[in-house]
Amino acid sequence: MISLLRTIALTFMHIFKKPVTIQYPEEKIVLHPRWRGRIVLTRDPDMAERCVGCYLCAAACPVDCISLQATQDEDGRRYPEFFRINFSRCIFCGYCEEACPTYAIQLIPDFEMAEYNRQNLVYEKEDLLIDSQGKYPGYNYYRVAGVDAGVKGKGEGVNEEKPIDVHSLLP
Amino acid sequence: MNIVLQYILLIVIMLFTLTTVAAWLIWLERRMLAVWQDRYGPNRAGPFGLLIVAADTIKLLFKEDWIPPFADKSIFVIAPAIVAGAVLMSFVVVPFAPGILIADLDIGLLFFLAMSSLGVYSIVLGGWASNNKYSLLGALRGASQMISYEVFMGLSLMGVVMITGSFRLTDIVLAQQDYWFILTQPVAFVIFMIAGIAETHRLPFDIPEAESELVAGFHSEYSGMKFGMFFIGEYLGITLISAMVVTIFFGGWLGPGFLPPLVWFTGKTFIFILFFILLRASLPRPRYDQLMEFGWKILLPLALVNLLITGGIVLLMNS
Repeated sequence: MISLLRTIALTFMHIFKKPVTIQYPEEKIVLHPRWRGRIVLTRDPDMAERCVGCYLCAAACPVDCISLQATQDEDGRRYPEFFRINFSRCIFCGYCEEACPTYAIQLIPDFEMAEYNRQNLVYEKEDLLIDSQGKYPGYNYYRVAGVDAGVKGKGEGVNEEKPIDVHSLLP
Repeated sequence: MNIVLQYILLIVIMLFTLTTVAAWLIWLERRMLAVWQDRYGPNRAGPFGLLIVAADTIKLLFKEDWIPPFADKSIFVIAPAIVAGAVLMSFVVVPFAPGILIADLDIGLLFFLAMSSLGVYSIVLGGWASNNKYSLLGALRGASQMISYEVFMGLSLMGVVMITGSFRLTDIVLAQQDYWFILTQPVAFVIFMIAGIAETHRLPFDIPEAESELVAGFHSEYSGMKFGMFFIGEYLGITLISAMVVTIFFGGWLGPGFLPPLVWFTGKTFIFILFFILLRASLPRPRYDQLMEFGWKILLPLALVNLLITGGIVLLMNS
């Protein structure tokens, strides 16, 4: 009997509490920077594409929603000819981001991508590429890689030794 | 002729007001439940979400009015009308303010009790005509609950009748000019309130329609405006019980003179309506046998003892 009255009184006291509801379209929740949302392809500091078309993201994807085709430019730099993500299949697990050796593919805190037409959820490369370095500013894969792809010559990278002349017998 | 027209006008105004109020109570209930659960509730359609009632009504009207092929059609159709009709009939004797009442019957209280027990027919007939086992179970529960709570609902009021010496509701209100009957009959008030909740089968006593056990109980098979009638009947019932509590225990329209009597009456009624909603927000539903046990083993003896003591004191005062 006492507990019933206490319950009623406690419930009544909630009249003085602020509602916890976030009124979504008007009020937005603050998403933290590493929130896994829409997938983007970032660019390096020289505003060239970071993606080297290694297919690791497509291989890591558990729902097979990424498809791409790698190709090369005249300097021997690899880039994807097309890069397609089907967001109607994507589960936003972030495995592609973890697999990416060049920090090209990244998940950003944005989830407002609803569409009326399912086909509009298939994003092509021009939809995915952004003019930003994303989460890893200053990183340029071809500056630390051993290959010469028009960004820097062989052995000119940071912390990189000169190539060894294998035909010389000198130590 | 003039007096007849006046009464017809009063009846039409009262019908309109009551049904409108019952409809807005749906909004009020959802809003207040939300407040007590730290939410906002309906706040999209119109200012403060007030137009949700209009949206709800339009939705109900345009829904398919499905009568199951296995149902008993004529009874199935009549049942929802009975509940709203019976409750609206009870409002005939409710004295809203001096001059604003339809019939000042000298058996007003008995009339109210009779009409509120007629409401059980709609539950039983609705559940029976649905020809569905959950509906029938709900109807059975509703019938036994209402019949057993009816007993001491009436008995609890007899103390007030003894003090006043009249079944006329205006007499009961006028007898409270010095002090409200809540002061002399607190036990009767508690019993009447509990019985009233059971009578309107509101939470925590909504056993006939217990969603988690019986789908929707006696109105499982109803849709569209027929379901709406059950709904309106329930909210009219809340208004009626609140109005009766105010009339019998809280001095009806009486109150300090700075506000008109009608405002006092509606204000007090509103507080009790809010209390009904608060009960829904806070209390869990008892088990069915617990409800019956509580009724017969605790409330009925309590009502009888209250009656006995009141009778003794009244005799003592008069001798």
